[in-house]
Amino acid sequence: MTGVAEVPRLALHGISKRYASVIANQDIDLQVGTGEIHALLGENGAGKTTLMKIVYGVTQADEGSIEWEGSTVAIRSPAQARRLGIGMVFQHFALFETLTVAENIALALDERVSPSRLAARIEEVSQRYGLPIDPQRLMHGMSVGERQRVEIVRCLLQAPRLLILDEPTSVLTPQAVQALFRTLRRLAGEGLSILYISHKLDEIRELCDVATVLRNGRVTGTAIPRQESNASLARLMVGSELAQCRLQPREPGVTQLELINLSLATADPFGTSLRHINLRVRGGEIVGIAGVSGNGQKELQAAISGESLCAARGAVRLCGQQVGRLNPAARRMLGLRFVPEERLGRGAVPEMHLADNCVLTGAAVGLVRHGLIQHRAARAFARDTIAQFAVKCDGELAPADSLSGGNLQKFIVGREIRLAPKVMLVAQPTWGVDIGASLLIRQALIDLRDTGAAVLVISEELDELFAICDRLAVLAGGRLSAVVPAADLPLETVGVWMTGAFDHVAV
Amino acid sequence: MWPFDRSPWPLRLERRAKPSMAMRMASSPLAAVAMVVTGFLTLSLLGTDPVAAFKVFFVEPLSSLYGLGELLLKATPLMLCALGLAPGYRANVWNIGAEGQFTIGAITGGGAALYWTPAMTHGALPLILLAGVLGGMAWAAIPAFLRSQFRTSEIFVSLMLVYIAQLLLSYLVHGPWRDPAGQNFPQSPPLPDNALLAPLFDGARVNVGFLIALALAALSWWFGHATAAGYRMRVSGLAPAAAAYAGISQRRNIWLAMLIGGGTAGLAGICEVAGPIGMLQPSISPGYGFAAIIVAFVGRLHPLGIVLASLLMSALYLGGESAQVELQLPSSVSGLFQGALLFFLLAAELLIHFRVRRT
Repeated sequence: MTGVAEVPRLALHGISKRYASVIANQDIDLQVGTGEIHALLGENGAGKTTLMKIVYGVTQADEGSIEWEGSTVAIRSPAQARRLGIGMVFQHFALFETLTVAENIALALDERVSPSRLAARIEEVSQRYGLPIDPQRLMHGMSVGERQRVEIVRCLLQAPRLLILDEPTSVLTPQAVQALFRTLRRLAGEGLSILYISHKLDEIRELCDVATVLRNGRVTGTAIPRQESNASLARLMVGSELAQCRLQPREPGVTQLELINLSLATADPFGTSLRHINLRVRGGEIVGIAGVSGNGQKELQAAISGESLCAARGAVRLCGQQVGRLNPAARRMLGLRFVPEERLGRGAVPEMHLADNCVLTGAAVGLVRHGLIQHRAARAFARDTIAQFAVKCDGELAPADSLSGGNLQKFIVGREIRLAPKVMLVAQPTWGVDIGASLLIRQALIDLRDTGAAVLVISEELDELFAICDRLAVLAGGRLSAVVPAADLPLETVGVWMTGAFDHVAV
Repeated sequence: MWPFDRSPWPLRLERRAKPSMAMRMASSPLAAVAMVVTGFLTLSLLGTDPVAAFKVFFVEPLSSLYGLGELLLKATPLMLCALGLAPGYRANVWNIGAEGQFTIGAITGGGAALYWTPAMTHGALPLILLAGVLGGMAWAAIPAFLRSQFRTSEIFVSLMLVYIAQLLLSYLVHGPWRDPAGQNFPQSPPLPDNALLAPLFDGARVNVGFLIALALAALSWWFGHATAAGYRMRVSGLAPAAAAYAGISQRRNIWLAMLIGGGTAGLAGICEVAGPIGMLQPSISPGYGFAAIIVAFVGRLHPLGIVLASLLMSALYLGGESAQVELQLPSSVSGLFQGALLFFLLAAELLIHFRVRRT
């Protein structure tokens, strides 16, 4: 391997890419050596994904050049990238639910391989790199971690020399993350170069040899992650010091939200039915629900918000009332507020301006009177929300879809908090939100808890849940684990529970 | 995002960062211009002098007071139907059957005028108009009920009910309601005098229905802008998931939308019978209920736009008639203009969200 090591496997020179109104990448230089695990670190919207799409041929740079193993290349399509020896595992998998593992892989391969030979090769690769998958299994019913293994094996079958992974751990349990890291280290040891996209600082410090940090589409620094602290990496990534959330212990009040033996069949053929869920959330506490999306998270939110109605009135109790058969508007009147995980199209109407978007949930605070919309009150409400939660926008008459994801989330969280919740349900509060806005949102939820509201947070981010929750439970396969104080819950236990193994746990 | 970075075409579409306000204003006029150009070319190909034809089509019908009265007269049913359809279309409720609700409104209103109110000295007209409104609503309630109870498609049900309504009208004027003194013509007796809408001014046939339509346009604007019900319908159309999140009942929207659309179409129907026609006959509408769908979209589902679009569409009807008479052009010419208008409008819509770029 000497000799080759002199020439970097991939070198980007002065890459720039502009979209209609934004500069996604500006003058980016990057080098990945043979067998190197190279982190691409940056917040959402920093330009990481665009850069990787350029390398993988999904889109082309406006300026700059790409050097592959010493020679300048123009990568015009993903197929060409694969021929060069570049493989990519996307954040969102493109797999057909109704096909088997082998069929899915066969579809994605550029060459034709007989089914029996393909199955043999899949088993060989999966055993060699510790990625156990059964080629004959159907896709649906496979966990997200298993699906990711399929995608990685699919890439490895093409014997790539550079593997790009986009936020690979966002959907994995802590144990699965460790298993993935072992595989990646082994691949790197055999000379495979890896570009690892992430915003998780701990992981990058643990796994990566070199990190290139992006902010606003530019490179703000390169670092050896092992020699840096989280704080110093975050400074490169965000450009300023980070504050910390603080959760002071507090005596909770009376039960405000209660689920009693809640079972709910899902209407979605690939959804997850809820089974015998029991949960109590008291005023003045934040209860967190961990777990990978697709394990009943969507169904649980809908059951609590009222978008799905239960057969039994008593299965959901809100502020002492049985609400299992009440619609969302009626539940809101009792004091429930809800921040859904999809901001555009569910939490807000994209084409409507922010003031009109306040009317969506603001009937309880007088934004609708006698069947008429109170436009002046709605505008004032929106203005105050924008000011209080530092939402960056063109005022209260800006359409919701003109805001960035993080700013819209601040606005929606702010809107719901300013509607004086007794019970607040928040799903994925900081998904795709930059670090600064995440901190603001988390602190706002803690402040809300300190005013005595009952807060329920459903999230995939374990760091987040441990930072803001008094008590934690795990939702796996439509079943809910015991709810235990976050301080008494080791991370490893959460990982085990995320696989659904929590039957024999003493509460 | 446009999925292909490279295409074999020299031009490509690129999604705009935000919808263009200028294109939003310009799309309807642009479509009208494109329609005129197409018409110009088509008429040339037919061997007609296009300039003379355009004069016959667009200028002559409107150059007299009577002609202007006719313009408003024909615009009235289009405006009424389109104003009623627009709130539903904004809420994803697709009532295609205004033509049928129009016909039923004509039957119920006309029936009231013939068999219920002839002896009344005061207040007959409001009752007759109300009967027309209620008839249209009842006909629209059928698809509303089937959709909200059994999830049938209101598109098909309302459309099929058009033909049933027309056959019902045909049965009545051929059978039980036929004028005994009508020499076997399939028509009802003429409506009594107390059931007729008076012309707005001498020498024209346009009646109070036009003023009602204008008032409804203002009411429709207020409904969409100021009421919670109008807001709920807009949210349901723009973002169904957001409507579910807010607890907005789509069932309520369906009922409201169908009843509004049916009511105005029924009103339009009785205004024709109690106005220019003066009796029931097998055919009451030259397709106003269908043309109103085009009017609603050309008017961008906005009340002011609908008022203007219904005047434009009415001019197309009048032009088509005079072109038939004076130039012996086929009657389908006005259908061609209508179709071209809708086609270009949909094409121009694209430019609101996309721009054309060279690859």
